[in-house]
Amino acid sequence: MDLQSWIYLVVGLTFALYIAIAIWARAGSTAEFYVAGGHVNPVANGMATAADWMSAASFISMAGLIAFLGYNASAYLMGWTGGYVLLALLLAPYLRKFGSFTVPEFIGERFYSRTARLVAVVCLITASITYVIGQTKGIGVAFGRFLEVDFETGVMIGMGIVFFYAVLGGMKGITYTQIAQYCVLIFAYTVPAIFISLQLTGNPLPQLGLGSTLVDGSGLAVLDKLDQIVTDLGFAAYTQPSGSKLNMFLLTASLMIGTAGLPHVIIRFFTVPKVSDARRSAGWALVFIAILYTTAPAVGAMARMNLLNTIQTGPVGEADANLSYAQRPQWFRNWEKTGLLVFEDKNGDGRIQYYNDANPEFAAKAGGWGWQGNEMVKVDRDIMVLANPEIAGLPYWVIALVAAGGLAAALSTAAGLLLAISSAISHDLLKSTFVPDISEKNELRAGRIAMAGAILVAGYLGMNPPGFAAQVVALAFGLAASSIFPALMMGIFSKRVNSQGAICGMLAGLLTTLVYIFIYKGWFFVAGSNWLPNTPEAWLLGIQPESFGAIGALINFTTAMLVSRLGSAPPVEVQAMVESLRIPRGAVEAHAH
Amino acid sequence: MPNSDSAGHRGAAAYWRANLRLLCQLLAVWFVVSFGCGILFVEQLNAIPLGGFKLGFFMAQQGAIYVFIALIFIYVRRMNTLDHQFGVDDD
Repeated sequence: MDLQSWIYLVVGLTFALYIAIAIWARAGSTAEFYVAGGHVNPVANGMATAADWMSAASFISMAGLIAFLGYNASAYLMGWTGGYVLLALLLAPYLRKFGSFTVPEFIGERFYSRTARLVAVVCLITASITYVIGQTKGIGVAFGRFLEVDFETGVMIGMGIVFFYAVLGGMKGITYTQIAQYCVLIFAYTVPAIFISLQLTGNPLPQLGLGSTLVDGSGLAVLDKLDQIVTDLGFAAYTQPSGSKLNMFLLTASLMIGTAGLPHVIIRFFTVPKVSDARRSAGWALVFIAILYTTAPAVGAMARMNLLNTIQTGPVGEADANLSYAQRPQWFRNWEKTGLLVFEDKNGDGRIQYYNDANPEFAAKAGGWGWQGNEMVKVDRDIMVLANPEIAGLPYWVIALVAAGGLAAALSTAAGLLLAISSAISHDLLKSTFVPDISEKNELRAGRIAMAGAILVAGYLGMNPPGFAAQVVALAFGLAASSIFPALMMGIFSKRVNSQGAICGMLAGLLTTLVYIFIYKGWFFVAGSNWLPNTPEAWLLGIQPESFGAIGALINFTTAMLVSRLGSAPPVEVQAMVESLRIPRGAVEAHAH
Repeated sequence: MPNSDSAGHRGAAAYWRANLRLLCQLLAVWFVVSFGCGILFVEQLNAIPLGGFKLGFFMAQQGAIYVFIALIFIYVRRMNTLDHQFGVDDD
């Protein structure tokens, strides 16, 4: 069977599975639509949370990010996992005890303020829309590369599948498809990684392989050899830190706080029966996430090594030590067609020179060998995962699995985000603000209509991405870190923070973060409208816009505390509510407040 | 009833203090393994080999994540014990 047939078969089977689950898990009530009825097993919810969390970017792009940034990519690895410690210890159990359908609902009740709830809704929708566009694009790209359908058709097929199970099943349908999607994506991610680790180190566990000795007879460890290869070609050493420590510290902190504050992740913990289940479920979520996140560094390092070894076949500088373009392997030809790899023979010798020509010292030395610039003018980061099975010479069914895995990652995250958006619209805006006396049946219908609308908007924006779509890390994590997380944490850990404090805090955190991002990335991301260039030299104290969320959070906390001190303490019944949040006993299943 | 109510309050306050103490201990470890070992003191730790890894690099790309998992499960166990001790468990 040829590759295309394999891909159609595997992707088709997974899609059929998702649709079957959708038909089986239809939602009959608002509680089922918003929180899957509140009866999800904590381990199953951990798995669903892992799929909810790991997006197209985690699956396709992260290993490539690590491959090219080396040690510096650790900010993403620690940030996107360490956030679960904050979520488990500081938010999930208490929010589960509160037992609401949405995150803004808690903020509105705890700060006894419709304004606070609306600010939370605006942050939630902005963060989630930014995030979901990335998923929609991921679906289109995966279809385009693997199934040879055009981008728009790919987006439409993907959105059609999500439409089916998210509109019918709400959180219930999404939960069970996410569990299936987790299994598909983790299998697809680890199988090629195991093969590559075996080939390079003889160790089947990629996590151990990364710390093992190579079987090429050099007697060197993977990372030592990689450091040697990259520095020989003028690149920065793979395992060595570079750049500002303060920036790396704040980037890690922003990603952690942002992770804990992302509404589509938080609402997953509303679906388990008890407070103790919410704690346990967060632990399982991190276990399932860590399987991919600890494999990714091995995939990144090994793929980078394979790529460089393919091109630089002997000692750097020797005339015949560079791969002849005519003899490039088949996978190289395949990915050239997609434009992810681009070669340009600058010195016309018919051989490929891939090195760091931005390093002046090395570029001068390379000039002595007749090298006239880096000839791999484009090596897309995504290639590290997408081409991995072909580079390792794995069978067709593995390549088909990677296609299905990428789609599973994008679909599962998109569905979780769309649910967060549609429940904010039908529950926080419609039911609580505009039509308080709406019947449950009509609210369920409104939830389905909001979901359908959100899917159409996400699909449209995926095909016509606005300027902010590329700013997932800055915008979505920045907003979650600077506005949502501090409000939730103070709502639980302080009885003194009042509504004025919370509103001023959220706005102060939100606005300073947005302004800092806009100064470097352009006002509302309009190209060219930035006041300062987005370069390390221009950043305040070397802090990149993506790292500012943690400072925004600090501003939020400080403002809220100060403003609350000036006003009166929250009403007695709100203080009593905070007391009851802190006690696990008496949790009932999530309900409308 | 005022007596049992205030006893309940005292119990709740003691439970909350015990919870906060546990949180501080766990978050201190969380901070040390990630921000401490993985970022602030990574060069110093990189001088120590761990198999084919440098220790600082290992903590930043593998070790911190394993410790995070352990921290959450320690929290789960300790909180279940606390809940039980103070009679506030949800079973």
